[in-house]
Amino acid sequence: MSKKLLTKDEMPPGAVGEGGTMSELYTGSWRTYAPLTDYEKCTHCLICWIFCPDSAIVVKDGKKLGTNYQYCKGCGICATECPADAITMKLESEIPEQQKKAEQPQDRPDKKK
Amino acid sequence: MSERMALTGNDAAAYALKQINPDVVAAYPITPQTELMHKFAEYVADGEVDTEFIPVESEHSAMSAVVGASVAGARCSTATSSCGLALMWEILYVAASCRCPVVMPVVNRALSAPINIHCDHSDTMGARDAGWIQIYSENCQEAYDNIIQAVRIAEHPDVQLPVMVTFDGFIVSHTLEGLEVNDDDAVKKFIGEYKPEHTLLDVDDPRTFGMFSLQNYYFEFKKQQVEAMQRALKVIPEIAKEYEKLTGRAYGLLDPYRCDDAEVVIVGLGSTMGTAKQAADEVREEDGIAAGVLKMRCFRPYPFAEIRKALSKAAVVGVMDRAISFGLGGPLFNEVRSALYGGEKPLVNFIYGLGGRDLPLDDAREVFRALAKVKDTGKTGPETRYIGLRE
Repeated sequence: MSKKLLTKDEMPPGAVGEGGTMSELYTGSWRTYAPLTDYEKCTHCLICWIFCPDSAIVVKDGKKLGTNYQYCKGCGICATECPADAITMKLESEIPEQQKKAEQPQDRPDKKK
Repeated sequence: MSERMALTGNDAAAYALKQINPDVVAAYPITPQTELMHKFAEYVADGEVDTEFIPVESEHSAMSAVVGASVAGARCSTATSSCGLALMWEILYVAASCRCPVVMPVVNRALSAPINIHCDHSDTMGARDAGWIQIYSENCQEAYDNIIQAVRIAEHPDVQLPVMVTFDGFIVSHTLEGLEVNDDDAVKKFIGEYKPEHTLLDVDDPRTFGMFSLQNYYFEFKKQQVEAMQRALKVIPEIAKEYEKLTGRAYGLLDPYRCDDAEVVIVGLGSTMGTAKQAADEVREEDGIAAGVLKMRCFRPYPFAEIRKALSKAAVVGVMDRAISFGLGGPLFNEVRSALYGGEKPLVNFIYGLGGRDLPLDDAREVFRALAKVKDTGKTGPETRYIGLRE
């Protein structure tokens, strides 16, 4: 938000002059509720991963690693669809900071080469 | 080299598309356009084109598929009429705003209700604000020629806007007429290869298309489109000149007929202007009326200056509208009258607030001050002004 605004002539016609711009916009800041996963109950069926509209479920080696809280908008579809009832929607303040940190994806895609 | 053929408007348009050989064509049927895509589908089936042909589930999907293919770097087309154009209305704006150089034949047909499959111009009139270039054809020859020229107009680096080429439903689309067609190589050479500067598939220099934007950016994108439309007023005659060199057939923004010594002039679009030209000849002969016809070819961008010039000698002007803008009147009439406004009262147009950009009180005060300046100096200055734009 502190970037200088481009003028009309600096803007490419009808487009943004770079790719991967979402990597800078943390839409996770928009949510009210966040999903909390109980890994005792989770069977790693990955149904939450299939349904997530924001691709915010992080999977590693075929298992659910966690939720990408930087992009999860708290829609609750994962909690609704989980056949093991392993996900509950909690207020932001009720998600332990430690859990949030542990569930971030290890590799972040590069914005520019 | 050219060949003389007898084709219906739909077949002539399909033949033009065949020679253009687009990368992607999306198709959905609607009377009276259907046969155009039927014919083109035959070319696809017979291997006469390399086009990826996508039959879709609606016109909204047709235009969506075309926009997607276009930003990916494909030369694309689709065709429609009437309610089909109306159904893709949302995406027409997207195509224009994403600067997709799509060429779309539109076979003019009345909008419902009641359901009517015959010709009027309400469909394309309803889309006149969408940001598409609109070129109206009188007959099969023009439909064919305009579609080919449209590819060059749309893809021109100064333009990069979609173009709809219209022709009258049934009257032209289903009527067999004699026309001259160019040979395949001539068309291929004329349109050249589509070389977009940036596409969605360019991973080395990526661009983002179809993004979200807030009050701080939307307005500037719109001004880009405005300027592209302005530049099209020069590009369209340039392309026409090139086409004339190739074919011997001349085109312009307008097609004036016996206007130089006309006292009464009819202005209009489409096939009826052919009838009007015949009528002009006959009333000159029989009734001694100094009649002329100003057929408009390019409706968007609107050629204000050219209209004023072409009608400067006429004592009386009659505008024939094959559409009604309910609550306003004939759309073409209102636009011609706007072009002919004599300036009894200075008029200034202020464009503001697009994309939600705020209009603070100070700016409103500035509008009044600008108007007062016009009044005091007697000079109108720029007729269209933009408030709060970051140029």
